[in-house]
Amino acid sequence: MFSFDLLVNAVVAGILLGGFYAAVSLGISVTFGLLDVANIAHPVFIIAGAYAVYAVNTAYALDPILAGLLFTPLFYGLGVVIYRIYYVSFERAGEQSLRGLVFFFGLLFIAEVSLILAYGVDYRLIEAPYIGRSVSIGPIGISLRLGVPCVVGLLLTLALYLFLAKTFYGKAIMGVSQDSLALRLMGANPIQIKTIAFGLGMATASLAGALLIVIVPIEPSMGREYIGRVFAITVLGGMGSIGGTLAAALILGVAESLTSTFSGPSWALAVSFGILLVALAVRPAGLFGR
Amino acid sequence: MKWLWPVLIGCSILGAGVLLTGVVENRYVYFATYVILQYIVLATAWNILGGYTGYVNFGTPAFFALGAYTATFLMLAYKAPFLVLLLAGGLISGLLGLGLGYLTLRLKGVFFSIATLALTVVLQTLIINWEFVGGAKGLSIIRPATILFFSSYSKFLFVVMLCLAIGAVAIARWIEHSWIGRGLAAIRDNEEAAECMGVPTLKLKILATTLSGCLMGMAGVPFPWHVTLIEPGSAFNLDYAVNSLAMPMIGGTTTWVGPLVGAVLLGVAQQVATVTISSELNLLIVGVVLVAFVILAPEGLVGLVRRLVKREHA
Repeated sequence: MFSFDLLVNAVVAGILLGGFYAAVSLGISVTFGLLDVANIAHPVFIIAGAYAVYAVNTAYALDPILAGLLFTPLFYGLGVVIYRIYYVSFERAGEQSLRGLVFFFGLLFIAEVSLILAYGVDYRLIEAPYIGRSVSIGPIGISLRLGVPCVVGLLLTLALYLFLAKTFYGKAIMGVSQDSLALRLMGANPIQIKTIAFGLGMATASLAGALLIVIVPIEPSMGREYIGRVFAITVLGGMGSIGGTLAAALILGVAESLTSTFSGPSWALAVSFGILLVALAVRPAGLFGR
Repeated sequence: MKWLWPVLIGCSILGAGVLLTGVVENRYVYFATYVILQYIVLATAWNILGGYTGYVNFGTPAFFALGAYTATFLMLAYKAPFLVLLLAGGLISGLLGLGLGYLTLRLKGVFFSIATLALTVVLQTLIINWEFVGGAKGLSIIRPATILFFSSYSKFLFVVMLCLAIGAVAIARWIEHSWIGRGLAAIRDNEEAAECMGVPTLKLKILATTLSGCLMGMAGVPFPWHVTLIEPGSAFNLDYAVNSLAMPMIGGTTTWVGPLVGAVLLGVAQQVATVTISSELNLLIVGVVLVAFVILAPEGLVGLVRRLVKREHA
């Protein structure tokens, strides 16, 4: 059963998967890691993004990743609206954590049931030229279905990293996560900065959704599986560190790939949630936390 | 004698329920009331932890399914009688609750909630990979032909769930009126201050998680016989998490009345919507009502009524 080729292939597939997981987790890294808003509905919005891409792809045969990019402004707007409601109802009253969490849980449920009402529970998939092809380097086979999302995921991670590190608004977002009072004293409006950051986090959901539907067929309740993954990655990556998120995503991808190669795919999900439980119980600051 | 009236009321509700089984034959009545009673147990159990101490548990399906699967396992392996199944289901889920109680030492707020969600998925994965209790496909369960003096098994399950519901509400009411309830409320308001004032916070939290888990597990025990099928997808259904949290939130989380009112209202509304519209749409209604309440009426219906009464007096 055990062979070296199998091991190498599993590790490579895991790294590719990790690139995709990074894209999925970036939104939570920003909203939960930096803004401290526990948006547990985020994975369902990724699924919603995937359905949006599916609709455009089947109607106009548009490339899924391009379609995902086109939807980012819409998701940005959605994020702005959700954050406004959240801010007015919970954050301003200082009751964000628990009632806010219930609010997002309700949103998760509404979004999921709406998707079921609109599309049913059948699996949906799409067509793209790179789906179903693979390239091989020696004994290692790389399927483009995983390779393309990995590259896009890495580019997205890099883009977000550069945005946060180099631009004015990016620095302001990092500032608001550290000390929003100080930001206010510097003459910037922390609420406006947080709105932008939350919108950005949500915008990544449509692109992540596009990557998701390239990798696997989707159905509405898949979002639940990703709740554990994204929070495991965010916590493990040290809450809001983009580099940490990428590293944690790669670790989780490889761990899951090895598990599904050597013990069967039905165990893969337990790995991410198991890692999450252990990370929460043993080291809540994450591997790369301060 | 302040316990006399509640005991009398509880007994008379139980008596009325038993009497009903002699009069009404329509099976749907028992099926529907069973579901509503089950939600009374789940909502009340959730509230003992979530409402009184403020620890939001998304793991209701884990406890519920653990009770159901414990019962299935004991029935398959040892053909154990129903009462044993009920107690064992409560015990095992209570032990899981005990573990969760120790977890509160390290995890607070949002992290605790995410951990309960993780717990649900890990447990579901274990069950999916456990072939003896049916694995991913599940098992069909055959109801025994005769049971005690009831003319059908649905009636028996209805009476069992009625007992559990009365028991759960009684426990919640007792906790609320004892020093335990005041201790739990102190944890909800400020855990560190409570600890400093000498409230044994860890003991109380563990009591709350264990009791809450135990009740949820017991609510899950009759489930395989109720639907005559046990399968991971339906036993670990996220609907239980949403409902058991939405019902107290809508009713009001600070008293035992809240989850009861919320479960009855939302439970009846869902049954009506399932029959007249569709089962997906009724879930949408739950989600929308939950979000509306958490934004607009955070104290729930009980809080709204209290505010109205106060205004009349003022």
